[in-house]
Amino acid sequence: MRAGPLFTGLILTLLALFTASLLIGPAQIGPLESLRALLAGDGGPLTLVMREIRLPRAVLAVMVGGSLGLAGAAMQGYLRNPLADPGLIGVSGSAALGAVLAIQTGFAAGFALGLPLAALAGALAGVFVVLALAGPRGTSLTLILAGIAISSLTAALISLVLNLSPNPFAANEIVFWMMGSLADRSMTHVWIALPFIALGAVLLASLARGLDALTLGEDAASAMGIRLPRLRLVLVIGTACVIGASTAVAGSIGFVGLVVPHILRRWVGARPGRLLGASALGGAAMVLAADIAVRVVVPSKDLKLGVLTALVGAPLFLHMIYRTRREGL
Amino acid sequence: MSNEPLLSVSGLSVTLRGRPVLSDVSFDVGPHEVIGLIGANGAGKTTLMRACLGLIDHRGHSSLADLPPQQRSKMAAWMPQAREIAWPVTVETLVMLGRIPHLDARQRPSQADCDAVDQVLKAMGLEEFRQRTATRLSGGEQARALLARAMAQDTPLLMADEPIAGLDPAHQISTMQSFARLAQAGRSVIVSLHDLGLAARHCTRLIVLDKGRITADGAPGDVLTPDLIRDTFGITAWYENTDQGPVFQPLEVLE
Repeated sequence: MRAGPLFTGLILTLLALFTASLLIGPAQIGPLESLRALLAGDGGPLTLVMREIRLPRAVLAVMVGGSLGLAGAAMQGYLRNPLADPGLIGVSGSAALGAVLAIQTGFAAGFALGLPLAALAGALAGVFVVLALAGPRGTSLTLILAGIAISSLTAALISLVLNLSPNPFAANEIVFWMMGSLADRSMTHVWIALPFIALGAVLLASLARGLDALTLGEDAASAMGIRLPRLRLVLVIGTACVIGASTAVAGSIGFVGLVVPHILRRWVGARPGRLLGASALGGAAMVLAADIAVRVVVPSKDLKLGVLTALVGAPLFLHMIYRTRREGL
Repeated sequence: MSNEPLLSVSGLSVTLRGRPVLSDVSFDVGPHEVIGLIGANGAGKTTLMRACLGLIDHRGHSSLADLPPQQRSKMAAWMPQAREIAWPVTVETLVMLGRIPHLDARQRPSQADCDAVDQVLKAMGLEEFRQRTATRLSGGEQARALLARAMAQDTPLLMADEPIAGLDPAHQISTMQSFARLAQAGRSVIVSLHDLGLAARHCTRLIVLDKGRITADGAPGDVLTPDLIRDTFGITAWYENTDQGPVFQPLEVLE
């Protein structure tokens, strides 16, 4: 199957959605006017709105969506399981715990970059614990079990923080942050997330051939010259970078990493290597579309992005489980 | 015949969970050989092949295990017993995976890679399955596609773990004949199998494993003696060189 038209289509969709995202907002500005303000930059309020509010929001949607799609495709390829998700190895959970602790202790309020840095630290800590538990020659199963253990532990610790919180406002903030959103982000968020997401994306993209080989199982892949311990390490660090940075700036946005690879798989002939790039583009397009939807559907209320993706994603997930069961996998 | 063996194993031992699975195994593999690896269930056949490839921890020496993985993948191909196809790829894509060791990073398959795949599909009689989804094939067809994948790796040595289990008689014979063709071309094949009749007819050499040790190694006619059959497999058998080639038929289980 030729994948050229698919990639062209995805890139065109992405460009269209990116432009649409720039043109939508509470400030009523004409499309041409807003693009002119963005590009020319006359220092007026219009330029400020475009460059400081809408541009970072659209750029972050691409970065976060691309990260979620890429990491989902990589996890599924490695574990050879279409139900796998970055959340599965506990990176999302530990990133969220780091952020929650930052909000609770006031570290986030006292220091502008406190929240993103804490989430990054949480993601990395989660990855190292998962690595230590799964061991250097662990199987896919031990990795999944380690991930489940970390996820349960971080969920319990987040609940504990909320439970003991003496400050209802902090608890409120935590609950809202955990819903996931791209509203009110600045270029600062873009710059803090960009290096980690770029590094993670390069690491994950380098796995294409190894993931293809893993279609035949770990033994056959090793015999084809794939160094599995190294592949696993690159996968986990790459995932921690993209998911940690994404969770840091956007909170928890679920199901994108699960649904996007599932939809695109048959368009790339089910090849896990080819799916990486397609899922990154598809994830970016999906989060852009979802972020446009939360602004268009209920403009007066601050509908959270993560709530929308979960509302759409969870039924799809159920449908996938049903189909998987029917096919007897 | 070159002096360098395709595989040289000496003093190979493997201990899994404190239990010795292989003890002090030594043999060399030259070109033009179809080696049948036979033995009862749990005799260590799979472990021996995996240890030769360096896929599991072992003591002793194997020339393949000593190579860096990238280089080893150009010397030996491996078809594991588990018939694993994780994604619904086409048979053509599946066989093309065997060309991975020959591609540079990010490089697309060249004409040579496509030719190699075409040739293997033809040799294995899989041309009509080319665009079929591999995961929807029958078990025997999947086995042939996976063997074709290993052959597409185009290595001097091919190791296959029970490749003919679950195949129909015609495909069992044609698979063994395709191994013979590889051997004629100067390559060698190590294949584990339980069908001693096919082993006797189609292998140039048999290696018998019993409780992790090699108990016999040589031409089928020399190896398949009544004593060895009794001691290794606990059966009696009828074995004779007929005018239609050697015929081996297991008869009774010994108490």
